[in-house]
Amino acid sequence: MKAADFDYVRAQSVAEACRLLDGAAGDGKIIAGGQTLVPLLAMRLARPALVVDIAGIADIQGIADETQSLAIGAATRQADALADPALARRLPLLAKGLRMVGHPQTRNRGTIGGSLANADPAAEIGLVARTLDAELVLRSSKGERVVPIAEFFLGAMTTVLSTEECLTRVRFPVWRDTGRIGTGFEEMSLRRSDFALVAASCQLALDTDRVCRRLALAIGGAEPAPRRFDAAEARLVGTRLEPGDLAAASRAVEAALDPITDAHASADYRRRVAGVLAVRAIEMARDEALGPRV
Amino acid sequence: MAETQFRYIAKKRRAKEHRRFVAGSGRFVADVALPGMLHVALVASPYPFARIRGIDAKVALALPGVSAVVTGADLAAATEAMMSGLDAPKLKRYPLAHGMARYVGEWVAAVVAESRALAEDAAELVEVDYEPLEPVVDPEAAIRPDAPVVHPEHGSNVLFRHKWTWGPVAADFAAADDRLSLRARWHRSSTVPIETFGVVADWNPASQLLDVWASVQMPKYPDQLARALRLPGNAVRVHFDVDVGGSYGVKRGLKHSILVGYLARRLGAPVRLVEDRLENMRGGDAQGPDRIFDIEAAFTKDGIVRSLKIRALDDCGAHAGRAPLQLGKPVGAICGPYRVNSVEYEAISVTTNKTPQEAVRGFGQSPTNFALETTIDRIAQRLGMDRIALRRANLIRAEEFPYTIPSGSTYDSGDYHAVLEKALTGADYAALVKRRDAARAAGKLAGIGIACCLEPSGGNSAFEPLFNPKNETTTWMEGCSIKVDLYGAVVVTMNTSSSGQGHETLASTVAGEILERDPETIRVVRADSLGALPSNSPVGSRMAIMLGGAAAGAAKKLKAAIIAIGAHKLGATPEEVDYAEGVVRLRGDPARQVSWEGIAEIAHRKFHELPPGMEPGLQAQHVLEVPTGGALPTADGRVQMYPCYAFETHVVYAEIDRITGQVALGPYLVGHDCGVMINPDIVHGMTYGGVAHGIGAALYERFRYDETGQFLSGTFMDYLLPSAHEVPDIKVVDHCTPSPLTAFGQKGSGEAGYLGAPAAISCAVNDALVPLGLAVAEVPMTPALLSDLIARAKKTG
Amino acid sequence: MSEHEISLIVNGRPRRGRVPARQTLVDFLRDELRLTGTHTGCEHGVCGACSVLLDGRAIRSCLMFAVQADGAQITTVEGLAPEPGGLSVLQDCFWETHALQCGFCTPGMLIAAHALLLKESAPSDEDIREAIGGNLCRCTGYKQIIDAVKLAAQRMSGLNRPEPSRG
Repeated sequence: MKAADFDYVRAQSVAEACRLLDGAAGDGKIIAGGQTLVPLLAMRLARPALVVDIAGIADIQGIADETQSLAIGAATRQADALADPALARRLPLLAKGLRMVGHPQTRNRGTIGGSLANADPAAEIGLVARTLDAELVLRSSKGERVVPIAEFFLGAMTTVLSTEECLTRVRFPVWRDTGRIGTGFEEMSLRRSDFALVAASCQLALDTDRVCRRLALAIGGAEPAPRRFDAAEARLVGTRLEPGDLAAASRAVEAALDPITDAHASADYRRRVAGVLAVRAIEMARDEALGPRV
Repeated sequence: MAETQFRYIAKKRRAKEHRRFVAGSGRFVADVALPGMLHVALVASPYPFARIRGIDAKVALALPGVSAVVTGADLAAATEAMMSGLDAPKLKRYPLAHGMARYVGEWVAAVVAESRALAEDAAELVEVDYEPLEPVVDPEAAIRPDAPVVHPEHGSNVLFRHKWTWGPVAADFAAADDRLSLRARWHRSSTVPIETFGVVADWNPASQLLDVWASVQMPKYPDQLARALRLPGNAVRVHFDVDVGGSYGVKRGLKHSILVGYLARRLGAPVRLVEDRLENMRGGDAQGPDRIFDIEAAFTKDGIVRSLKIRALDDCGAHAGRAPLQLGKPVGAICGPYRVNSVEYEAISVTTNKTPQEAVRGFGQSPTNFALETTIDRIAQRLGMDRIALRRANLIRAEEFPYTIPSGSTYDSGDYHAVLEKALTGADYAALVKRRDAARAAGKLAGIGIACCLEPSGGNSAFEPLFNPKNETTTWMEGCSIKVDLYGAVVVTMNTSSSGQGHETLASTVAGEILERDPETIRVVRADSLGALPSNSPVGSRMAIMLGGAAAGAAKKLKAAIIAIGAHKLGATPEEVDYAEGVVRLRGDPARQVSWEGIAEIAHRKFHELPPGMEPGLQAQHVLEVPTGGALPTADGRVQMYPCYAFETHVVYAEIDRITGQVALGPYLVGHDCGVMINPDIVHGMTYGGVAHGIGAALYERFRYDETGQFLSGTFMDYLLPSAHEVPDIKVVDHCTPSPLTAFGQKGSGEAGYLGAPAAISCAVNDALVPLGLAVAEVPMTPALLSDLIARAKKTG
Repeated sequence: MSEHEISLIVNGRPRRGRVPARQTLVDFLRDELRLTGTHTGCEHGVCGACSVLLDGRAIRSCLMFAVQADGAQITTVEGLAPEPGGLSVLQDCFWETHALQCGFCTPGMLIAAHALLLKESAPSDEDIREAIGGNLCRCTGYKQIIDAVKLAAQRMSGLNRPEPSRG
């Protein structure tokens, strides 16, 4: 499985990367970690004329604490993100999701931005980004635009990124709510570390009476792109997240979900599992919020 | 034979061959690089069934660096068709599809170029004109008269169909108190080694010799390759010193080798084909059993199984491969470890438009064991009997050995009850039951699986004449030679390749045991096929028995020669001297002795001191026929299959997530008896690996096709091999009932673990489903399958 | 289409090459540098047989092009031994516990385990499974591999007196 021929350039800056993409007239691809692009090239499912390597560009690496949010450079390695103490403190949900991404070897090369740009419906990073309403910064020779995550994924493996654009930064809002914040991430994959058939991601805040004041719940893997579940969220805010509340939320997720069928699982299976994983993710988040402060 | 009586055998010992592997110095076929070597890539059919109207390679050939594009027509003209092993002379098979493509991924053309990348570039440019035909994908549909016929020249899709009746089946069924029937489905999986198949061939016209290096595990490989290439056997030299990266049965690669041998001669350059993973999964023809068992059991109200009727329908795929004969080997253990009075066995092998099968570890015994153990558990359930008590009542007793089963095989030795007890004790069965019951009380689905399974070993492939009476083959041999050089250094020569079984360690340990010399000082090499003694290669768990036996035989001859030389030097008869660790001493006056080095010197240099009539030098060889082999089947199909029967009892705990359907396994324990273990680490290692492979077959692995014959499992993202996360810790508890048939009491055990794990895991899952009143007799038991089963029951129940 | 001059440090030695962009790092190591200890089992990043260390981290060399590794430090299985012809403690422990059979996945396993022991001196079973979870083995069932890594960790911490390796 040898890739078809291509030209390769290691870009020294984002501006250069964008210029190179312009020059490729739609036939250029960005490579950062390569963990999803290289297999596509090896299987000749992708045959770009030009591959632009952005992995070495310093200003799209690293994690900046912007108080209201954490800004992660798109070329930040997943392993580095996972090891970052600020991320562990401020984005525990992303830390949970990252632990499920691939294997140590793929995390050593794969990047935060690469996973988002690849837009696999089952990817953990995209699911967490959707849960937290992340914002993505896209750059081209024409300038910069900020796209909310809700508008970024168009479908399986498809995003709003044009062939001349480069994802440079992802901003994850950090909840600054009073009260206790908890996070939960549950996934069903065929083997540990495979892409999820279904995954559920939850972040919530409880007040001092243990009443839920804020809750974000998203499901990934079941549909062409990860999605939030407003009805379930609305049902849970203002409650103490007791079994009856969770069961109702689960039903709301199952009712709203429009799952895909593929060789590994049917739509019915995904719907059934989504309902249960949503409950487990919410429980995990609730228990974490109730538990002793770290 | 107690294991404590040995000097080197049965002791912990590092494997000799491992030193080069941990250093990264193994020599695998992809490491073989010859000057001027060319590379092959394949053009594969995208259709499950199609007439090939034409192949246009003009554009491909014009690419710089491309040497040739060959097709099935070229191969059909220049090579002999590959044999099917059945009496089906119209079935001709060549390395490339000829006239028709019969499965998605079948190799239709081969491109040869200066590099693999260029060959792939050119392969994309080959234009094939296909006329798609209606495929047949379901094996039960394939038997029907209206089904598309995969090989029209054969007339139907039935490659083989025969029903044997051994013993009074009808009478036993009529007299039985009760009976039950079930269907068990073993979906397609295989061994899928991490290294794909590869072969290098180099033709030297000056010496008229074809050199071949291959990642191969196949009996008669050099012979069949030479025959297909229309070369005399002594014009093909297969180098067996290539390290093989796992095989477990499937690396026969004959079509790859014929293709590459043909290309090397035609192009006058060395040629290498190493399958990439895509080529391997769909076009490498190494898929495995795909079987529907319909079983009827007749039993008493006390649970004694009297008779079994077994119908096994196997979906071969598009060519015979080893699939039909893979229905035959289980005849040698058709009733498992149980005392069953009569058996009816109908074996049906059908073609469909899918990838062919190769020989998979156990050669059909694991699916058969899965079907048998499922049946046993169902009987227990029907009678409200404890599954263990039912097994105890039916297991052949230790005092009944040697025991002959209805189909004619004699089990050499065993103590199944002892192994079962050891396994239950080792697993702390009572505690597992408590754990299961507590889990159930907490609302979980939890179960324990117990499986008692046989591992026939020794490789007497009597299924060949059984399935094709025109093939009167009864020789299944292995050779070994040993020499001692002028200065006393020992070299053992074995005559086949190895794929991780530790044969160098095996042979040196055996030789060392007989000669009482440290195995560390003994070098083991492999002859090439021109210099080799006959071998049947490491199949059928045979090498501990056969290489062990041949090495022992050669070592004993050598020891007798050493004693004779020493005695003669001391002026005594061989009966008047003692031999210890290579030194010959006069009994009664041990100060008078001849050293090992002294013996070697006499043998090589001092002819005047050699006993009269003895050949100079110090070497011996032994070629061993398989114990109990040498007989053809009787008219009613009774035959001794493999000689030695190892036995395993698995005890495994499982919990099922009732919504996701995921199965969590562990603890896992195997009670194992393969007689004397020549190297315990090697045996245990294969058992752990076999269990892991069995976990894959039971829960994760399946070659999937959709209803149009499109192949869905072509990469490792779809065909799921268990990683370290999916395999729990496995404990092995050993027992030893030596075989009376072998040099040291050893039985084979290369297939250990795999032969019992799918059965045990299926039993555990079924035990977990008992409170829901559900059952499943199908592998793999994927999460979706179990989740859907439970959800459907909730709806209707 | 494009060819590139690359220079990198492999097993402590500076190496150079002129590579087509599409040549993977594993093919460069094996075919150009003749370091055939690293193996390819799938060429799509699942089996882990191609694992090497890149700048001290375990990575899949089939998922990188050689040109991306320009300027990097690579360690392959051939570079694990402390001296030519010797074995590292980890390699010796693999031999001791019988942590291999056919040897094909072994170089990748050693790299993955080595990378773990670089940062974790007393790994748990779960740590070890996580470290080798991306390396498939079809022969061993993983148990003796896990034993080897635990034994190596003990010996490297001095809790066990190391046994002299044979040969």
